[in-house]
Amino acid sequence: MSPIYKTRSNLSVSPFVLIALSVAIVFHCFNGQDALGKPLCVQENTQLKAAEAQKIATIGQLLKTAVCIFGPGGKGGGSGVVVSADGYVVTNYHVVQSCGKFMKCSMADGQLYDGVIVGIDPVGDVAIVQLLGRDDFPFTKFADSDTVEPGDWCFAVGNPFLLATDFQPTVSWGIVSGTHRYQYPAGTLLEYTDCIQTDAAINPGNSGGPLFAANGKLIGINGRGSFEKRNRVNVGVGYAISSNQVQHFLSHLKSGRIVDHATVDFTVTTNESGEVRINDILTESQVFRRGARFDDELLEFAGHTITSTNQFKNLLGIYPKGWRVPIKFRRPANPETGDKPETFELFVRLSGVHDTEELIEMMEGKSARVAPQPKLPQPPEKSPPQDQPAIAKESRTPDPSLHESRRGFANYRFNRVRRTELWRRFTGENNWQEMDFGWRVICKNAQNEEITIVLNDRESGYRSKQQTIVLDSEIDLALQPEPKGSGGLLVTLHLWRKMLLQGPEKFGDTVYMGAVPNQYPQPSQYEWMQATSEGVETNWLFNPIGVLSSVEMFPEPDADPCQVVLEQYRAQQGLQFPTLIKYRHAAGDWQSLTVERIEILGDADE
Amino acid sequence: MSNRRMRLVTTLALAILCFMDARAGLNAQDERASSPLNQYSSVVRSAQSKIVKINGGGGFRGLESYQSGFLISDDGLVLTSWSYVLDADAIYVTLDDGTRNEGKLVGYDPQLEIAVLKIDATAVDHFNLDTAVLPRVGSRVLALSNLFRVATGDEPVSVQRGFVSAVTNLSARKGAFESVYQGPVFLIDAITNNPGASGGVIINREGRLIGMIGKEVKDSSLGTWLNFGIPIETINQSVQEIRDGKMIVQREQNQRKPTEPMTLELLGVVLVPDVVNQTPPFIDRIVADSAADKAGLAPDDLLISIDGQLTPGTRDVRSLLESIDRDATFQLMIRRGKSFETIQLKL
Repeated sequence: MSPIYKTRSNLSVSPFVLIALSVAIVFHCFNGQDALGKPLCVQENTQLKAAEAQKIATIGQLLKTAVCIFGPGGKGGGSGVVVSADGYVVTNYHVVQSCGKFMKCSMADGQLYDGVIVGIDPVGDVAIVQLLGRDDFPFTKFADSDTVEPGDWCFAVGNPFLLATDFQPTVSWGIVSGTHRYQYPAGTLLEYTDCIQTDAAINPGNSGGPLFAANGKLIGINGRGSFEKRNRVNVGVGYAISSNQVQHFLSHLKSGRIVDHATVDFTVTTNESGEVRINDILTESQVFRRGARFDDELLEFAGHTITSTNQFKNLLGIYPKGWRVPIKFRRPANPETGDKPETFELFVRLSGVHDTEELIEMMEGKSARVAPQPKLPQPPEKSPPQDQPAIAKESRTPDPSLHESRRGFANYRFNRVRRTELWRRFTGENNWQEMDFGWRVICKNAQNEEITIVLNDRESGYRSKQQTIVLDSEIDLALQPEPKGSGGLLVTLHLWRKMLLQGPEKFGDTVYMGAVPNQYPQPSQYEWMQATSEGVETNWLFNPIGVLSSVEMFPEPDADPCQVVLEQYRAQQGLQFPTLIKYRHAAGDWQSLTVERIEILGDADE
Repeated sequence: MSNRRMRLVTTLALAILCFMDARAGLNAQDERASSPLNQYSSVVRSAQSKIVKINGGGGFRGLESYQSGFLISDDGLVLTSWSYVLDADAIYVTLDDGTRNEGKLVGYDPQLEIAVLKIDATAVDHFNLDTAVLPRVGSRVLALSNLFRVATGDEPVSVQRGFVSAVTNLSARKGAFESVYQGPVFLIDAITNNPGASGGVIINREGRLIGMIGKEVKDSSLGTWLNFGIPIETINQSVQEIRDGKMIVQREQNQRKPTEPMTLELLGVVLVPDVVNQTPPFIDRIVADSAADKAGLAPDDLLISIDGQLTPGTRDVRSLLESIDRDATFQLMIRRGKSFETIQLKL
């Protein structure tokens, strides 16, 4: 045997050794192993290092958005997170409850800012505070909490045990332990629905602080924990209000109001075969008027498939009063009439859990009716450390005009400002006040017949080939739903002119509500203003660019409104007017009026 | 085959192998999971599907009426903690999909404080005790249980993460009493042993079973709450014995009864009065110079089993004695303080 042959022989064997080796290495890298068991392969080690560096960078960035809240005199407090550059902070209601109108808020930049209360959701335990003094606060945005899964890494940032006497927030790392959790109300308020459970340490003082996914997405607002026999410290079971819930409420909370939660006007029960069916329904409700009946099966709610009564109740808790959702039902087959099962979808305005007065009473009566939140992480009553910085000594006081008290509002000033902003955005250059005369709107209906609508302060009227109607100023507007079948088109347009001429402040009792989804004219989010004038309640919906796109007029609170959609704005008489007006009552067909022109009437013309 | 061709084939084979393996690695994980930050959700989901929520006795004076358990066979055997929760007329076992079954107590090991229940089920996802791995100090673990009864119906149980911080023997107390179980445990640095958590599982990050979450107990010297699991290795044999028909609760006696059976009176044993549905069979009094006295039985001894059959209540003691001839020798297991003793008895 020659040496060469030997070499050849070695070569012919080596590929198999190589393959075996490569397989072993590849398996080693991709299958991973216990961190302490076997040495890590170089590739994974590099990945781990990169991931670790990324984690540190992410936390470093997000620490800047966290807020540590201190109550008056440095007693009590909690955490929060900045969600916009102009300093809006989301926190817990139970954190600000004891803080009054103004509070001191520290951030990782080492600065102490004044904060003013904006809006509260006492049922969902959420509150909004605005930080003062800057318009370039570092902030973060809410992500979709429905993408979170148990086992995902996450971290909480906040002010546990009010440790942030150096203004620096604390980070605790953990995993998501559960999603879509339900926690019963503590007392009569503070119900946590569809919340996220985590084992990241949530201690007293963490309340109101952010829960971030490992990639830095804001997924929740930490608020409570399961505390039983081991005192009020973390036992690895904390709960965060889902970011999706907070997002639904955000614009409502920024309106300065005391915000309520939504409910439906029916109850459901799960039967033996797992179907969720209506077992009670209010006959004066919108959902009943639209056709839902006893024993109908609830299939979907706001795009979520319903699998159980519990899951439905849990889901319902994440929407504010007045939210509008599609609901899908299935009518079971009826052997008596031979009707086949039928699936149908309704679009429903959700009513409130409480009436406003009831909600205020529940908050005010907290000492009488609520044992103050036994399960909530409230900082222990400890005397502030001696070396505490100037929180208690702080003498700088914010401008007291930043807060306006009014029943039903956490801070009425924000409602006024929002309402004014919205109206200004809509009116822009248009000065309707100059049009303070009677208007004659000449239109064509779908049959190409001429319709003349006269709008003025007292005796608005409607004339078609068949009929002439004049509003009687001596009678309640609510009692004049003319023309027939419209649900009150003339009254709605009469009030529309009044709103344009007078603006929301003079129109009547006008409240900025927040944004809600609506289907008309297109499915989108609309900013919502609610007003009462001349004994009639109206909703005013503005599209995302701020244009008034529909008006809903309710002759009675529980009745179906006359819906009027305003489209295709064009300049008329130097002002922007809709040239297409659609209207309908209840679930009736849409009627349309094409506006030919608008004439201004002198006093004598009527 | 020439050398050159061989080399070419080798290179190609290597390239394909590497490529395939890398592709397989990528395909198996979606975008979320391919991030080293989110790697547990599939392991967690798989484990959750094998865990059950148990509701039974208790529910008063700070005693929770619920605990956790997990499926260990495809025909619905459930392993859990032996506790007062199982001391109920009806034990309800809720599976991950929300279906609720009545659980029948098959048997239990009073020393290890484990119990096996049976529900009517077929082809259910379950953990295999025989493929469990050993706890190792420093290894990362996930704990899954229905602590605080956070989950109900079809809601998945909770998951927590931590590290094994020690492998040791338990030295703990439950209230004023020493904990019954004093065997091997592994301690965890996370707060896993919460109300309702006992009977849950501890798995490694590949989803392999390591142990069962123990009860809520405090360290006997420091008084701090302990968080621990009992290694599957420690309990597997006992579970197997229960499955083999030892240490089981047999309420219906099919054997022919002897005409002259054994009785407590003949033995000279007076048990505590039978006051509740299942009064633990503690010895109240021993008649002097009786067979029981000579065998060394004493007041406050708790009867655990007779000839390997469990006696959870005084009625079980009486009914088991009825099947023993008064001339026979039989074996009695008792608990005295924290120790277990086996005693031969004969009239």
